[in-house]
Amino acid sequence: MAAILPILPEILLLVLGILILIIDPFLKRDTSRRPFLGWFSAGGLLFILAVSLLLARPTAPVLVFGGMLRFDWLGFGFKMFFVFAAGVTTLFFMDTDHLNRRAEAYLLLIAATLGMCLMASSADLVMLYLAIETTSIPLYLLAGFLKEDDKSTEAGFKYMLFGALTSAVLLYGFSLIYGFTGKTGLYDLSTNFSTFNVVAVGIIFLVLAGLAFKVSLFPFHFWAPDVYEGAPTPVAGFLSTASKAAGFAVLIRLFTAVFPAISSDWSLILAVLATLTMTVGNLIALAQKSIKRMLAYSSIAHAGYAMIGVVAFSKLGIASVVFYLIGYVLTNLLAFGIVGIVGRLTGSDDFQAYSGLSRRNPTLGLAALVAFLSLAGMPPFVGFVAKFFVFSAAIEAGWVWLAIVGVLNSIVGLYYYLNVLKYVYLYRMEDQDEEHHPLKVSGTVVIALVILVIGILLLGSLFGPWFGFATKAAMSMF
Amino acid sequence: MHFPFLSIIVFTPLVAALIILLYKPEQKKAIRITALSAAVFALAMSLWVYFTYDKVAVGYQFIEKYNWMPALGISLHFGVDGMSAPLVLLTGVVMVTGVMISWGIDDRPREFFAFLFILASGVFGVFASLDLFMLFFFYEIAVFPMYLLISIWGWIKTREYAAMKLTLYLFIGSVVSMIGALVMYWTSGMHTFDMLVLETAKFTPTFQKIWFLPVFLGFAILGGIFPFHNWSPDGHVAAPTAVSMFHAGVLMKLGAFAALRVGIMLLPQGAIFWAPLIMGLALVNIVYGAFIASVQTDFKYVIGFSSVSHMGLVMMGFATLTPEGLTGAGVQMFSHGIMTALFFAAVGMVYDRAHTRQIPELGGMIKPLPLVGIGVIVGSLVSMGMPGFSGFIAEFPIFMGMWKTHALVAIIAAISIVVTASYVLLVVRRVFFGKMPEALEGHIAPIRNLDKIALVLLMTLMIGIGLFPALIVPWVQTGVQHILALLGGA
Repeated sequence: MAAILPILPEILLLVLGILILIIDPFLKRDTSRRPFLGWFSAGGLLFILAVSLLLARPTAPVLVFGGMLRFDWLGFGFKMFFVFAAGVTTLFFMDTDHLNRRAEAYLLLIAATLGMCLMASSADLVMLYLAIETTSIPLYLLAGFLKEDDKSTEAGFKYMLFGALTSAVLLYGFSLIYGFTGKTGLYDLSTNFSTFNVVAVGIIFLVLAGLAFKVSLFPFHFWAPDVYEGAPTPVAGFLSTASKAAGFAVLIRLFTAVFPAISSDWSLILAVLATLTMTVGNLIALAQKSIKRMLAYSSIAHAGYAMIGVVAFSKLGIASVVFYLIGYVLTNLLAFGIVGIVGRLTGSDDFQAYSGLSRRNPTLGLAALVAFLSLAGMPPFVGFVAKFFVFSAAIEAGWVWLAIVGVLNSIVGLYYYLNVLKYVYLYRMEDQDEEHHPLKVSGTVVIALVILVIGILLLGSLFGPWFGFATKAAMSMF
Repeated sequence: MHFPFLSIIVFTPLVAALIILLYKPEQKKAIRITALSAAVFALAMSLWVYFTYDKVAVGYQFIEKYNWMPALGISLHFGVDGMSAPLVLLTGVVMVTGVMISWGIDDRPREFFAFLFILASGVFGVFASLDLFMLFFFYEIAVFPMYLLISIWGWIKTREYAAMKLTLYLFIGSVVSMIGALVMYWTSGMHTFDMLVLETAKFTPTFQKIWFLPVFLGFAILGGIFPFHNWSPDGHVAAPTAVSMFHAGVLMKLGAFAALRVGIMLLPQGAIFWAPLIMGLALVNIVYGAFIASVQTDFKYVIGFSSVSHMGLVMMGFATLTPEGLTGAGVQMFSHGIMTALFFAAVGMVYDRAHTRQIPELGGMIKPLPLVGIGVIVGSLVSMGMPGFSGFIAEFPIFMGMWKTHALVAIIAAISIVVTASYVLLVVRRVFFGKMPEALEGHIAPIRNLDKIALVLLMTLMIGIGLFPALIVPWVQTGVQHILALLGGA
């Protein structure tokens, strides 16, 4: 029993996926029993979360399965919030036409989550590559899930082409590592990269290219707006949160395990990338008319902020990245959740569709307030403390200029996030008749929104214990 | 552990905001009553804190400390000294009067009061915080509701522009200061955000000189310091009445106070080095603000620019770094808060009835609105520093401080007194006396009883302090002693 504990969440996810396949034929199409699929998935994910938290907590970091996986707090922590994000996304799926009645959608989501869990704990190049592909392929399918919708098909296809290309580059980087060292275990490699020579530079660039795609760092961010815009909104939400966090998990592990000796060299590269990512993301977000594209660029910018913590490369730095990602996942899931609801009810993702939202549904308006202010980094929402810790880590490590770039960027961000709130709270519908156009929100979505809002407030005010977890995760890396 | 007065004061508005949000939007009356009772409760608590503050014992009192995040040395650390106790009281007063005056808000009052109270919590939090992290935390909480309050309930013509301008200015200021604060935190090597500990950090003079300016100016933006004052008149004018009161009455003090507490008190050497510059900027504030105010035709803009001028006096008081100047600045923060709250309340009442704020289009208002007229007259007397009113108690020591440091500055600044007297009296004469325009004849309804209570409360305070300076000066003086010790001991 003890041997399978490190992969207990993965095993349970697999079981859940199989159960969904089994149940599917028993629920005839288009009957009132179809929502059961969604509830079953969400319940299953909640069960996995609870069981894993109770039984499968790691102690000291240990390599398992012949060095394929590392059982530590970083991996475990990330796994737990992937499962959480998948659970919340399931609730949003249930509210989305064409997704809610299809067992495949839930199955693909769970498969992608399984891949992410493995990504977070892989300690071997081969395992890592497999995990990344296990994550990516279901996500390509989900992005293109709406077959009748050209945009969705385009999104799926584009995502796949870009993904395949960068996977190849990543694989090439991995093969170079293997070629030069003859090893594939991440934790055996650090001695081979003690100087910053041509080989190391080449490998770092190739590997970064692959991972930059996953976390949408500049200049590998081009896919994000198109894919987020075309993909079904809950899928876009999942892509921009869990998938991105998984990329960061790999990034953190790779750089702390393989290249710690030359951190002073690559951190400058990452600092430049972070600067460009934040700036480009924020500046282009300013000009967007569609809220989904705006959120896509904002999520690019947020990858840049999180990167600041990686650049700092200290215990506090890594802890702050982990905390940042937790907060960001909650916040962006909420933002995309709201976009999904409004998109479904009004049929549009333009800013105009948000006019008078606070009169049509005050509670939804408040949820939007929480989401966008948290993205902007305002207390008492989690965005503020998350940014504060990241900047603090940067300054501790002497990166004052990077912190200044970060805060300047957050001012730009504030502008366009407030712009959304302007539509929600200030502008009226054309006929000024919001009272007769109330927005009715379904129960499942309300559950998801409430969970996320509470999470954002909780992490934003009582951040001590949560940051403790993040620190634990960071400690397991050093 | 004594009774946690300060936590209760800080969190009362927040809890009230949450309760208000739980009401249905239609339950407007219940929402208003909840708001008023919470405000009165907070005022009662702050009165208690103010009057039980031990002036003999000096130093921070009502201290509460809860470890919030020991790993980084963040704690929820509250305490008030002679500088902040009056400001906590001021916030309580403005909160109560603000709610009374906003009784008539009919468009989404639920959201209005909720946002206003979140703002109030932030303000209380900044005044009471002894922890640098928490100070920023509450500071930002005080900033963002401003955007919504102004843009939703503000004056339709400029609200979008003014709200965004204000928010961006203040946010830029606060993040710049935040970087400075983080640098202080890591440089001190003490791993604590506790300001009482950081005061003893002994930063090198070079460090203090480099970082004083960003930290001080970052906060001083909210205090309306020249050349970053531009957001404030626009913001004041665009905001709905209660928000203008809060904004000019309390929020600008927030900036000045934080600039004092973080800038001057943590980096005293830097303050001494840069004092001439701050003095210069403040001088521009005082004189230029007064001149600009005197050429405005919009009643509300007059008050808006007069705030710039008066906040310049606060900054000037700080920059003198003398006991007189600092004491005056402390009293001025309180006095100006009350005065400007009254002015904006009065402007709001006139505007609600006359639907114009253009001074040439108004006149004879004293007849239908006698109490408002009296209020504005009292406010004007305070504004020009007439003895017997709180303004005199504040401005006189500031001028003494100026005289002690640079006599010339005092002479130039004194011009503003004349200009101020001219424009406030002009406004009083044109708006409240003279002949009422025919268009307004018979359209001016009397004010509500709640409005009357609010006006009387504000007037009482201004005259009370003017006649009995002992009601505030000893408090401020105890606070000043501590600041001087830091300046001298550094």
